[in-house]
Amino acid sequence: MSVRQGFLALLSHGPKHGYQLRAEFEARSGGTWPLNIGQAYTTLGRLERDGLIASVHDDDPEAPERYALTDAGRTEVESWWNSPVKRGAPARDELALKLALAVTTPGVDVRAVVDAQRAETLRGLQDYTRLKRSGRGREATEEDPNADLAWDLVLDALVFSAQAEMQWLDHVESRLARASRTRGGASAPAATRAPEAARRPEASR
Amino acid sequence: MTDAPTPQLSLRGLTRVYGEGPTRVDALTDIDLDVAPGELVAVMGPSGSGKTTLLNLAGGLDTPTRGSVLVDGDALEALTARQRAALRRRRIGYVFQDFNLIPSLTAAENVSLPLELDGLPPREARPLTTAALDDVGLSDRADRFPEQLSGGQRQRVAIARALVGPRRLILADEPTGALDSTTGEDVVALLRDRVDQGAAGLLVTHDSRYAAWADRTVFLRDGRVATSTGGRLGLEALITADTEGGV
Ligand SMILES: Nc1ncnc2c1ncn2[C@@H]1O[C@H](COP(=O)(O)OP(=O)(O)OP(=O)(O)O)[C@@H](O)[C@H]1O
Ligand SMILES: [Mg+2]
Repeated sequence: MSVRQGFLALLSHGPKHGYQLRAEFEARSGGTWPLNIGQAYTTLGRLERDGLIASVHDDDPEAPERYALTDAGRTEVESWWNSPVKRGAPARDELALKLALAVTTPGVDVRAVVDAQRAETLRGLQDYTRLKRSGRGREATEEDPNADLAWDLVLDALVFSAQAEMQWLDHVESRLARASRTRGGASAPAATRAPEAARRPEASR
Repeated sequence: MTDAPTPQLSLRGLTRVYGEGPTRVDALTDIDLDVAPGELVAVMGPSGSGKTTLLNLAGGLDTPTRGSVLVDGDALEALTARQRAALRRRRIGYVFQDFNLIPSLTAAENVSLPLELDGLPPREARPLTTAALDDVGLSDRADRFPEQLSGGQRQRVAIARALVGPRRLILADEPTGALDSTTGEDVVALLRDRVDQGAAGLLVTHDSRYAAWADRTVFLRDGRVATSTGGRLGLEALITADTEGGV
């Protein structure tokens, strides 16, 4: 998604000022996608140039300029809703890379790496959960009746991705345990503690 | 130090060995853990790491090989079997991993069982039972038998039974196992509420999303504590609904 698409979607509710678009965009992202006002106006300028929005005339000449979707803009938003978010090349995953290096580097206690990460990820998950429980979300307002739901869903997405990371760490641990059972893998502490047992052939599977 | 509340539950050097010789299993080794009133502690760990063993010992359903369990200052091993049973009925709410409902009793009868065993007259037990079933959203299923309920509903009856009346120690073994994500969250919220009202809670779960409702999490591995987490990272400050610094 781009800021462009976000603005077009927000403008489906009706005309808005630049600073209003910026605030609503940031609120929807739970503050995870900050914009400065310059970026907001640059985006609006391009959208206007491309004929997707047009400024509306206000009776009050002092009022800040408001923008509305053109027909082309409405079509653009419509087709955006109707197309899935693309799964492109995966983003660089620092944790996956770190563990990949850990399992291939002799002398690293991979379980300790997993344990430390688990503690960190769980603490983060606790923070998000506390935030959810505190209900310190946005209040629903008349012009924004689903603001609290939107905020909850942004938080839930953070919660679910931390949960997925925890599950993956469990998976790493059980793969390590199996590897150390089947071939006395050098990376698992189980193997360092009981090398004979770990190499026993009947212990495999 | 002196004003720290007496832990509702204290485990000291808790050890449980099953069998002997070649079949010996060290299910739990030297566990020390305190749970204060108002505190919810999650227990995580791979299958077979000793979570159920820990809960069974804490609830007086099993006897440790070594070490001791103190509930509200009373050492379980010093009590007679009868005293232990009474303490279990009055102070401890237990959610079993496999629910343990009695098939010949209705949902309501299952829930009120601990109260009745404890000699509470039905007149007093009834409103407590209704409230507990209501808490888990099952008031309209009170007269159903377990076999007439779905897995998730049975689980919620088991939770109502554990929470009925004034329980000061709540031990829950995978209470969210058969529940969908939203219902599971409701159940953990219910536990959390009870704990916030002053109970102490131990919650065994495989799912970190539920463990995140606890104040602390203990990870078991091969019957020992592998890591233990609490505290916060302060991520709350990094995401916020109010972007203009307080709109
Ligand atoms: N009655 C018993 N006799 C012998 N061994 C037992 C007994 N109960 C449990 N064990 C063993 O003790 C270990 C710990 O079992 P426990 O039930 O506490 O695991 P758990 O962490 O609850 O696992 P799960 O996540 O699968 O429920 C396991 O190796 C199990 O096989
Ligand atoms: Mg178990």
